[in-house]
Amino acid sequence: MHLGIDEPRECQYNQICTHNSSPMETPHSKKRKVKRKWQIFPGRNKFYCNGRIMMAKQTGVFYLTIVLILVTSGLFFAFDCPFLASNLTPAIPAIGGVLFLFVIGMLLRASFSDPGVLPRATPEEAADVERQIDAANGAGGPGYRPPPRTREVVINGQTVKLKYCFTCKIFRPPRASHCSLCDNCVERFDHHCPWVGNCVGKRNYRFFYLFILSLSFLTIFIFAFVITHVILRSNRTGFLSALKDSPASVLEVVVCFFSVWSIVGLSGFHTYLISSNQTTNEDIKGSWSTKRGKDNYNPYSYGNILTNCCAALCGPLPPSLIDRRGFVQPDTPQPAAQSNGTNTCPTTQLQSHMCHQDQCIQSTKFVLQAAVTTPLLHAQPILLGGGPVLQPKPSVGGPCSALGPGQPSLPSSIPGLSCGGEVLALHDSENHCHHHLHHQHFISPEETPCTAHLGHHMPLYDPASQDSLHEDSVRGLVKLSSV
Amino acid sequence: LWQTHSLQDLRQQAAIASKVFVQRDYTSGTICKFQTKFPSELETRIEKQQFEETVQTLNNLYAEAEKLGGKSYLEGCLACLTAYTIFLCMETHYEKVLKKIAKYIQEQNEKVYAPLGLLLTDPIERGLRVVEITIFEDRSIGSR
Repeated sequence: MHLGIDEPRECQYNQICTHNSSPMETPHSKKRKVKRKWQIFPGRNKFYCNGRIMMAKQTGVFYLTIVLILVTSGLFFAFDCPFLASNLTPAIPAIGGVLFLFVIGMLLRASFSDPGVLPRATPEEAADVERQIDAANGAGGPGYRPPPRTREVVINGQTVKLKYCFTCKIFRPPRASHCSLCDNCVERFDHHCPWVGNCVGKRNYRFFYLFILSLSFLTIFIFAFVITHVILRSNRTGFLSALKDSPASVLEVVVCFFSVWSIVGLSGFHTYLISSNQTTNEDIKGSWSTKRGKDNYNPYSYGNILTNCCAALCGPLPPSLIDRRGFVQPDTPQPAAQSNGTNTCPTTQLQSHMCHQDQCIQSTKFVLQAAVTTPLLHAQPILLGGGPVLQPKPSVGGPCSALGPGQPSLPSSIPGLSCGGEVLALHDSENHCHHHLHHQHFISPEETPCTAHLGHHMPLYDPASQDSLHEDSVRGLVKLSSV
Repeated sequence: LWQTHSLQDLRQQAAIASKVFVQRDYTSGTICKFQTKFPSELETRIEKQQFEETVQTLNNLYAEAEKLGGKSYLEGCLACLTAYTIFLCMETHYEKVLKKIAKYIQEQNEKVYAPLGLLLTDPIERGLRVVEITIFEDRSIGSR
């Protein structure tokens, strides 16, 4: 465990063992092209432009946002601006244009940037944290799930609970939260915005805020000037003919009318949040509300509104922690990608887990066999047969795929062994029963018919196979020590 | 051939005895700061003062990166006015300090930690969660 060998490595190593030729390793490693880190990112995000752009998985509503803004603004510039520019002032389309570009810029920046995703713990880190938790909680019996893991820390006089994230295998920093849609822990998590198609967190909160602020200005701007346009036209030609001359205005007014309430409301809400240095998450939960207690206050607030605003909007922009475009180093420990917050592995990983356990059991078997056969030179045919039979076993995927669908129960394996009629073989299987009762399901159907079969044909004592058995047991011992 | 190759692999890896993780210190809020508590596994390897000095310097550098002041506000406002396009040609203050930190860690590794059989990993490679210190087994004692 302390050697920190990660799972893909284990399977690769096992492949070398089960195949009797070294070239097995090189084609396998040559097949691997150098990958960028975004390609193996464990969260549910989509990446574009070779990792430069990062968005959530569901982006449908984002495209709706873009279409709404583009269409409304486009109609405004196409139908209303010519009239307004000639009749009022050309500054109107100019200001409108600047506002529009700013809105689009902020939207794209909020949507495409990393919100502040925390990378998942490396296997060694996760193990270290687990050890600390076990030491703190005390060992429970098997099958006992410990209570939710929390750490308490005092920040500026307030006690804050840090929660343990089962998916990312880290203790979340204060104000961080795990987004279930993106399956990531995000620093200073505000909320997941479907309109923006991304989480809103530490790194893109200011872009999000500037987006909704500028969008409220743009919406009010378009609304006001479309109304002005229609009024000016109806002064000349009458209301109905004004509407006929500029039909797009109706659509714009409708869109803007409904948007104004929500967008302006949202801007006002976020202005309040920024001035009090809270996140949407905290506000909704009422974390710092005085309703919870008289002494409850926000420990992150700087005291005055101006500092809070400046800190949120003009403070230093932290860099992305996930290094999307970096290259994956071949010996980099892979983060905890498989677990989904529970102890069971998803079915896609089940086979690799079975392989891992399968090989572990085999190595134990070799050790036990070696231990049994060495003092007893007139070894049982079945046990010796066990060695060479297992060597030409197909690749790691083979036994797993064979064993995957069908898993016969334990008792069926015993008749297979007993047909060999050797007492020690049964004894051996009993050892396996005791040590690996759980795993016998996977191994017995494959091995016992073979061993029973070939056991009869193998010579009683074969020095060559004895040597290979020794080698196997040494390898097995070494592998065991590596786990 | 293939057996010795795999055993040698393990022998090389066995050189890494263990890893120590220095966790974040959140008592001052969400700023990046690491605990200066001396881990027990390093007691036989390095002096407490040296370790504390390293961590304290790192903390100071991170504080410099995240400092709120006139300079950072100016940078933020300028960036906002240029719709953040200015960062296409300019590095943020934070990134500049991160480079300084990387250089400091490399220097510490070369001068202080590697001779003692230790290796510091830059926290940015661990998502600013931990300072990972790898303890290498002393080969003269014998491989495990």
